[in-house]
Amino acid sequence: MANVPADLKYTREHEWAKREGDRVRVGITAFAQDQLGDVVFVELPKVGAKVTAHQAFGVVESVKAVSDLFAPVSGEVLEINAELPQKPETVNKDPYGKGWMILVKPSNAGELDQLLTAQQYEEFVAQGGGH
Amino acid sequence: MNTALKRTPLYESHVKAGARMVPFGGWEMPVQYAGIVEEHRAVRAAVGCFDVSHMGEFEVEGPQALASLQRLTTNDVAALEVGQVQYSLLCYPDGGIVDDLTLYRLAPERFMLTVNASNIDKDWSWVREHGAAARWRNVSDDTGLIAAQGPKAEALVGRLADRDVTGIAYYHFAEGRVAGIRTLISRTGYTGEDGFELYVAAVDTPRLWSALLEAGRGDGVVPIGLGARDTLRLEMRYALYGNDIDATTNPLEAGLGWIVKPAKGDFVGRDAIEKVRVPGPRRKLIGLEMADRSVARHGYAVTTPVASPTVGREGAPTANTIGIVTSGSYGPSVERSIAMAYVASAQAAVGTELGVEIRGQVRPARVVKTPFHPSRVKK
Repeated sequence: MANVPADLKYTREHEWAKREGDRVRVGITAFAQDQLGDVVFVELPKVGAKVTAHQAFGVVESVKAVSDLFAPVSGEVLEINAELPQKPETVNKDPYGKGWMILVKPSNAGELDQLLTAQQYEEFVAQGGGH
Repeated sequence: MNTALKRTPLYESHVKAGARMVPFGGWEMPVQYAGIVEEHRAVRAAVGCFDVSHMGEFEVEGPQALASLQRLTTNDVAALEVGQVQYSLLCYPDGGIVDDLTLYRLAPERFMLTVNASNIDKDWSWVREHGAAARWRNVSDDTGLIAAQGPKAEALVGRLADRDVTGIAYYHFAEGRVAGIRTLISRTGYTGEDGFELYVAAVDTPRLWSALLEAGRGDGVVPIGLGARDTLRLEMRYALYGNDIDATTNPLEAGLGWIVKPAKGDFVGRDAIEKVRVPGPRRKLIGLEMADRSVARHGYAVTTPVASPTVGREGAPTANTIGIVTSGSYGPSVERSIAMAYVASAQAAVGTELGVEIRGQVRPARVVKTPFHPSRVKK
């Protein structure tokens, strides 16, 4: 079983969301990067862009596939991981750390509570994980 | 279609090694073991072993074999000596490509054709129909094929072989025993590195596979999946049937004019191909390099550069479609996003600035010299 930190929340599209005070940091899970294989390109929104929960905010490309990135919560993008365009492989190496993607100021704090818990996400992946 | 996927004799080995298995051309094949980029680099730096047993093999023999092959294939079979291999094509009367293949002259009147896995049935019908005078045998199911590729492939295969392999020249083959197994040792490949393709009886394939991985441990040998096979061949600009060439592409526009020999006499497709030769093809298969790392994938539109002065309906700059991407990926050795594409011949010159439409946005690309990465095959 892939690494699923207990202190994060998860989407069924394999993003994680981490509460950091009144902000939410977003990335993709260890399971997602493993399924994708070598990540070669990451396209992120601009700082200041609005993202909407369950809608695409960016794209991740591996050698074999293109996948949309889905926002776990709605809000405004405060920061993006500027290292990823040059070092997309960071997503494979450290998906929960240096491979983070965007930092969001949520417009609806309640959305975070509707995401999967680590245990729910683990069960979801174990049952096929939408793949 | 609900046909069960076929498996090679190495299926169990792949699963045991933790390979990710995917459907490919009707076969269940390993797309990767450790990871595509890592496998790719292992082949460029050391040696990797590929299960290519899904490829098809036909044998043809008899006094009519040469004449049948001259009629069926585009290259000059009379120029092929026993012990030599030739890259060639089967074409339709309209010049479209049935398949690309390697042709082995096993004896003066005996030949072997290695064809693409996804085309075995189509090719088999085609050669039976158009080469009916000769005796054909489809030995695909009886034949296993392992490619050992990389700068250390010669040392690895040499260590296991009962004969000298250093003297086998590029696009030549010899028979011998490798790990005690009767093998057709062919100095060919699909990676741009030195190496061999080893043909053995299907039943012996797992034994040869284990012997290579065992004997190559000190060389850093690793098994390689289809993912890295694709990125390795892309960096060489080698065509992949179904991606870069097919029934709708002409050998000349695909840059395969060097294996079309009209002087040898008539063959299926000759007139149609020759009609194109003098005016020249209206489009050409070229190499593209993306300015950023976005991936130009099969089917994406190639356009004039984004800075094109043409103004679109909504007042935004627009670009005109002038071609189509046939293969594209991140190239792990060139460390850039690269692609093969058909573009209008007027825009095919090296250095031409173009664009590729990716998710509705034109991204800058440039026509570059190919191969993208220098070939190190043993010439």
